[in-house]
Amino acid sequence: MAHHTLHMPITEDQVRALRIGDTVTLEDLLFGIRDATQIHMFDHGRRTTFDLRGHAVIHTAPNLRKVERSGTNHSGYEAVCVGTTTSDRMERFTRPLMEREGVRIIIGKGGLREGSLDAFRDLGGVYLAVVGGAAALETTWIEAVEDVDLDDLNPESLYKFRIKGFGPLLVAMDSHGGSLYATVNAEAARRRQAVLEKLGAA
Amino acid sequence: MTLMSKPGVAPQDAQDDAAPLRVEPDAIEEAAKLLYIRACKILPDDIKAGFARLDASETDGTARTILATMIENIGVAERMDNLLCQDTGIPIFNVLVGRNVQVDGWALKEAIARGTARATREHPLRSSVVHPITRRNEHTSCGERVPVINIDFTDAERELRIEMIPKGSGSENGSFLQMLIPADGVAAVKRFVVDRVIQAGGKVCPPTIVGVGVGGTSDLCMHLAKIAATRPLGSRCTDAEGAKLEVELSEAVNSLGIGPQGLGGDSTAFAVHVETAGTHITMNPVAVNIQCHSARRASATFTPAGVAIGF
Repeated sequence: MAHHTLHMPITEDQVRALRIGDTVTLEDLLFGIRDATQIHMFDHGRRTTFDLRGHAVIHTAPNLRKVERSGTNHSGYEAVCVGTTTSDRMERFTRPLMEREGVRIIIGKGGLREGSLDAFRDLGGVYLAVVGGAAALETTWIEAVEDVDLDDLNPESLYKFRIKGFGPLLVAMDSHGGSLYATVNAEAARRRQAVLEKLGAA
Repeated sequence: MTLMSKPGVAPQDAQDDAAPLRVEPDAIEEAAKLLYIRACKILPDDIKAGFARLDASETDGTARTILATMIENIGVAERMDNLLCQDTGIPIFNVLVGRNVQVDGWALKEAIARGTARATREHPLRSSVVHPITRRNEHTSCGERVPVINIDFTDAERELRIEMIPKGSGSENGSFLQMLIPADGVAAVKRFVVDRVIQAGGKVCPPTIVGVGVGGTSDLCMHLAKIAATRPLGSRCTDAEGAKLEVELSEAVNSLGIGPQGLGGDSTAFAVHVETAGTHITMNPVAVNIQCHSARRASATFTPAGVAIGF
């Protein structure tokens, strides 16, 4: 199990080198995306001006404070608290996000399903698990909210974060069919019968 | 518990046992604002103790790393005066009115909404509340019937307690109701809880408090599950049969191997909590409502002595 430091964006070869159980720290850039962002992008046909090719997106909708725009801050926001939301609701957007936008890494909590695992295998991508609910810590890895798009959806806009030492994150689903969630779920299903028998509820 | 003196409370002579406790809307508005922000930042002591207990007993390596990160986050939030979790939740206020308390109920509800909107605007906090059909966000954390305000009465003399719970959506989406029938028995109740915990997996941000409602009507059953999920760790169901279920089910769900964040381990739930209510001869309802590990609460207790802020 290796540790990787990845300066974003990355190539297909770099993402296919990641295996479940590895850890990853991201540097430079990260994009924030959420339910409404993807509903508007893929169901309502809206397009972003951001180039997401080779990049990582995180399932988030941050707490922000409005500030003056400046030379490096094009968003007009600074981070108050940036965390991660449950990924499962956004399962059906994994393939279009990769196919149309060229995204290589999805960061979230709670995992994605079989369809995403297939997309990671077919197109070259991974799912990195961040610890959900550890947002105060996660915020210390965010340097700036550099830019924002589709901001009428606030707080579910598309954010461009400048990051430093974002991680360690756990490779929980890889491009070789590996999923830690599938393993844990299968184990829970296997133990179910014995648990119910002990409860007198089999 | 820190004590905070506050104008607008107890204008009467505290020595006068007969005078009712009068609580003014302005004081309630201030408390609502303070509680929403405080709840988002400081985890209750019973939850911190719960983390320490899981950390000491967890055997899985990945799970131990995840628990350590969660514990580190609690410290970072307090040191940096920041929110524990980005999800500011759906604001819930549980109001307990004691005896000999004078409060304008309508004004109280409006004051709680004003305090919630002010916390959102002035801190600022992310408004997580939208219209259910248009999905429009008013950026106030308020909406029709939100904040959720539950009002109940106690026999505590001259005391009004407001509890604030920012209920995160990842775990609130882990809500389930089934109208079982008497022939299904308690075995089906147990099976339902185990199967819903498996179904929820890592999506509900474990380690969790699994709230279980047994009995009542469909809506009361769901409400019982919420009361159970948001009860302090270490508290027990007052019904003896319910308390027995808590012990059995706590052991059961922690034998499934789901673990913190659904990535494997022993620490799936801090506890399973059960609340019960009488039900109909033809009914056997069961509900599950889950609380994530960011099990946030804050409370303000108004008495003739002032306002005490705690959990």
